Amino acid sequence: MIPGAFEYYRPASVDEAVALLAQHGDEGRVLAGGHSLIPMMKLRLAEPAHLIDLQGIETLRGIRETEGAVEIGAMVTQHELIDSDLLARRCPILRETALLIADPQVRYCGTLGGNVANGDPSNDMPAVMQALGASYALNGPNGTRSVAARDFYEAAYFTALGEGELVTAVTIPMPAAGHGYAYEKLKRKVGDYAIAAAAVILTMDGGTCSGAAVALTNLGQTPLYVEVAGQALVGTALDEAAIDKAVELAEGVSEPVGDMRGPTDYRSHTGGVMVRRAIERARRRAAA
Amino acid sequence: MSKTAVTMTVNGQPVEELVEPRLLLIHFLREKLGLTGPHVGCETSHCGACTVDINGRSVKSCTMFAVQAEGAGITTVEGMAEADGTLSAIQEGFMQEHGLQCGYCTPGMIMRAHRLLQENPNPSDEEIRWGLSGNLCRCTGYQNIVKAVRYAADKLNAPKEAAE
Repeated sequence: MIPGAFEYYRPASVDEAVALLAQHGDEGRVLAGGHSLIPMMKLRLAEPAHLIDLQGIETLRGIRETEGAVEIGAMVTQHELIDSDLLARRCPILRETALLIADPQVRYCGTLGGNVANGDPSNDMPAVMQALGASYALNGPNGTRSVAARDFYEAAYFTALGEGELVTAVTIPMPAAGHGYAYEKLKRKVGDYAIAAAAVILTMDGGTCSGAAVALTNLGQTPLYVEVAGQALVGTALDEAAIDKAVELAEGVSEPVGDMRGPTDYRSHTGGVMVRRAIERARRRAAA
Repeated sequence: MSKTAVTMTVNGQPVEELVEPRLLLIHFLREKLGLTGPHVGCETSHCGACTVDINGRSVKSCTMFAVQAEGAGITTVEGMAEADGTLSAIQEGFMQEHGLQCGYCTPGMIMRAHRLLQENPNPSDEEIRWGLSGNLCRCTGYQNIVKAVRYAADKLNAPKEAAE
């Protein structure tokens, strides 16, 4: 398994990386943690002639609390997400999710930016970012812009990322203190991609749900933000009827392909089970 | 295709070589440096037989190009024993607890266990199993591997406890 030949670059700044991408067009690819791209290169499913390694760009690192938000550099690894005290306190669903991605070795390399940017519908972080209402900072030949995670994904491996653009950071509006959260993932073994998974974020106010967001992993061509499922929960006490409704709505939008992880019906059904478990666990964790 | 110079420190020794950028780190270590401890197993970043320590992280060296490790400090299983041949606590644990049969996965297991114990010096058996979840063994069934890591943790912790 020998990849095709390429020229290697290690730019020191985002501007330098953007210039290299502009120079090489379709033949250039950025390399983050490499644990999606390098396997593709080994199979010759990807053959970039110019590989632009982002590891030397310091501004793509770090997890910061800004006004009303958490900003995470694109090159922050899954291991760093798991290790972060700030995230454990303020946005613990990231730790819960990162621990379900691949295995320890892969998590030392795999990055948040790579996970959200490459458009693989089986990646776990995109649905979590949709549930959290996160946005991605993009930088390219026409400058910088921000795209909501809920608007970013178009089809499998097709995203709003324009030619010559790269994701530089993920910004998450600070979840409310005492919010409930859960990422439920059904998989065949440690390290596998999801058969079906669901992210839920909710807030409770005096026994009534005052805010809820539901998103799904690997149940369609893209991560699926199911706005109506969240709406079905808001204003209820999260009683069984409300949860049944949210589950039904989530199953209704899921369109998984039948593959070695199971046939379509099975995966849709287990997606509903994941939504139910995620809502129930998020409710137990939420402050009243 | 042009070659690129890479410099790194491997098992404490400075190394400088010319490589094709597409050369994977596992092949660099085995074929350029003659370090055949790291094994080529699945080649798909599942099995962990190629695991080495890079700047304090366990990495599957089949899924990294040598050029990405430019400037890095790398330890392979060859760097685990003392210069006089005294085995590290983890190596001793694998020997004492029969933590291997065919031995193919062992260098990766040892390197991963090394980093695990650096980060969590007194792991529970469950934490050991989670910590080694990126390494596959197809012979022993893991019981003795967990015991080997436990042995190493106990041995490494003994001086600390005696001092307390």
